[in-house]
Amino acid sequence: METHISVKNLTKVYTMGDNVVNALGGVSVEINKGDFVAIMGASGSGKSTFMNIIGCLDLPTSGEYFLDGVNVETLNKDQLAGLRNKKIGFVFQSFNILARTSAIENVELPLLYDGSVNNKDRRERAFEALKSVGLADRIDSMPNQLSGGQQQRVAIARALVNNPVVIMADEPTGNLDTRTSYEIMEIFQKLNEKGSTIVMVTHETDIAQFALSNILFKDGKIISNIKVANRKNATEEFKKMEELKTETI
Amino acid sequence: MIISNLLKIAYRSLSKNKLRTFLTMLGIIIGVASVIAMLAIGEGSKQNITASISSLGTNSVMIMPGAISQGGVHLEAGSSQNLKKEDADIIAQRCEDVKFISPVVQRGSQIIASSQNWHTMVYGVYNIYFQIRNMTIENGSGFSESDERSAAKVCVVGQTIVKNLFGEGNNPIGELIRINRIPFKIIGVLEKKGQSAFGTDQDDVILAPFSTVQKRMLSTTNLSMIIASAQSEELMDDARNEITQVLRERHKLMASQEDDFTVRTQSDLSNIFGSVSKVLTILLASIASISLLVGGIGIMNIMLVSVIERTREIGIRLAVGATSQDVLIQFMIEAIFISFLGGLIGVFIGVIASGLVAQFGGWPISISVSSVLLSFFFSAVIGVFFGWYPARKAANLNPIEALRYE
Ligand SMILES: Nc1ncnc2c1ncn2[C@@H]1O[C@H](COP(=O)(O)OP(=O)(O)O)[C@@H](O)[C@H]1O
Ligand SMILES: [Mg+2]
Repeated sequence: METHISVKNLTKVYTMGDNVVNALGGVSVEINKGDFVAIMGASGSGKSTFMNIIGCLDLPTSGEYFLDGVNVETLNKDQLAGLRNKKIGFVFQSFNILARTSAIENVELPLLYDGSVNNKDRRERAFEALKSVGLADRIDSMPNQLSGGQQQRVAIARALVNNPVVIMADEPTGNLDTRTSYEIMEIFQKLNEKGSTIVMVTHETDIAQFALSNILFKDGKIISNIKVANRKNATEEFKKMEELKTETI
Repeated sequence: MIISNLLKIAYRSLSKNKLRTFLTMLGIIIGVASVIAMLAIGEGSKQNITASISSLGTNSVMIMPGAISQGGVHLEAGSSQNLKKEDADIIAQRCEDVKFISPVVQRGSQIIASSQNWHTMVYGVYNIYFQIRNMTIENGSGFSESDERSAAKVCVVGQTIVKNLFGEGNNPIGELIRINRIPFKIIGVLEKKGQSAFGTDQDDVILAPFSTVQKRMLSTTNLSMIIASAQSEELMDDARNEITQVLRERHKLMASQEDDFTVRTQSDLSNIFGSVSKVLTILLASIASISLLVGGIGIMNIMLVSVIERTREIGIRLAVGATSQDVLIQFMIEAIFISFLGGLIGVFIGVIASGLVAQFGGWPISISVSSVLLSFFFSAVIGVFFGWYPARKAANLNPIEALRYE
């Protein structure tokens, strides 16, 4: 099996004056092609710190990290930017899409920083990405004309437009209601079925049930890594929801 | 990184914030426009003064009664009335570097022609005066030797006189006008000269033979001035020295006594007014440059504020793979674009404003290509200079911290 992410003894220490926080205390894990991992844990357990490091947005204090065979430790700032641009798609809790910028222009953004993609391909790929998250008819909409769920779908389209090795999502459903969260999970499951590797942070147990495996963080360490036994299927969950609705009426 | 993509990114960013872009630009627009207008006004008045001085004649030398007081200010005429026609005659005889010479007398007079009347200055001069002063007779002729000898009642008039007494476009040659009740025949009309840099109407003038004005209109033999021309431009100073020597001798001045007359050459005048207008131009240009500088600081200010305001945006760009250099270049392009376009609009407005000053203020202007290029170049430099620091600041942001910024 192809290993996409391999970390060994990853630590991260934040020092603020006299205050030293061991956000990560030696994390080792391997994530393979086709995995759909949900990272769980209490608030402050180090989930975001871990995600930022494997997303190449931040550097560890110590430890080894290989992304798609590349030793991230040896890279400089610009090479890290290149890695983020070509191998990683990041989805944030607070969407983080550009204001006053249409959906398609937001999705195009990573490709604009990739010199090897020409204008025509960029448009096409951005459109395809938007189509795959069900926003083909909203490409020219501005963020303020989109609902939270739609904005997050734009962010997902942006994360997958560069065909990344891994899609990383830090609490992607944290700002969304249950129904919309399930919509996002449906998209993730479909992407995963088509071969995308996904790492997702969540603190909601029911959301974690859509993943293939769950990693549990506690005080900056992984305390368990298990396969999901009764995996939920988002499409079916929707059906159940609809039935429930009609019953109530 | 492809620069065309960064141009696109910068363009999108600017066009999404049109008001901010415009406000940032405003400082540069005003700066460039005022530099251009100020330089145009300064340069225009310089050229106007130069033109007026050259309209005084070619290589002309003026001899006025009375000494110059301290500070170079000429004393009021009449303070010492001691120039006579004979002074002019002897200069003509003895000064080799003097080519032409004419005594000048003048009198403010009431002019009447049929039902119209007008008040103007009547000058009594030799016919050669026209040549010394570079005056062209457009219509008719000047005075003859016999007019001078017989103190003939003939005159040459300027265009303003024609306009006010006979109406524009009418030919007054042969008409009679009364100057202080004495009838004069008009024998010539001067070519239009317009207003001088000193604000006087050079066409509001009547010229008559010297002897006519002196004998028939004045009760004194004192001259207002003597006007001469040197043989050549190089000989103007020599001519001045010769004239000074001859006149001192004739006025029987002792070595210890100061001159009781003043000799001014045309180059003296151009030097005086040239340096005055230079000071004026420098003054105007520095005021304008300060406003351009303030415009530049405005760019920096707004760019700095926008780096803070756009922290999250920068974080997003870094997260999707922009390098610090990409962000740096984007911000630089934005700054340069703002100052470039602002410079362009500023040039446009500056030219229009100068035109309005000329049109409604009656102020002469001259827009030089070099002043346009200079201010335009300066505004671009300001864009780079003041855009650099905020751009640097944006590029050095840490992606995580930038994304966390509220
Ligand atoms: N930039 C930072 N500076 C200092 N401490 C930090 C910083 N980021 C996170 N921490 C600390 O590290 C620990 C882990 O934080 P985080 O990874 O955000 O947790 P989680 O995402 O699981 O809630 C927390 O104690 C947090 O206070
Ligand atoms: Mg977190």
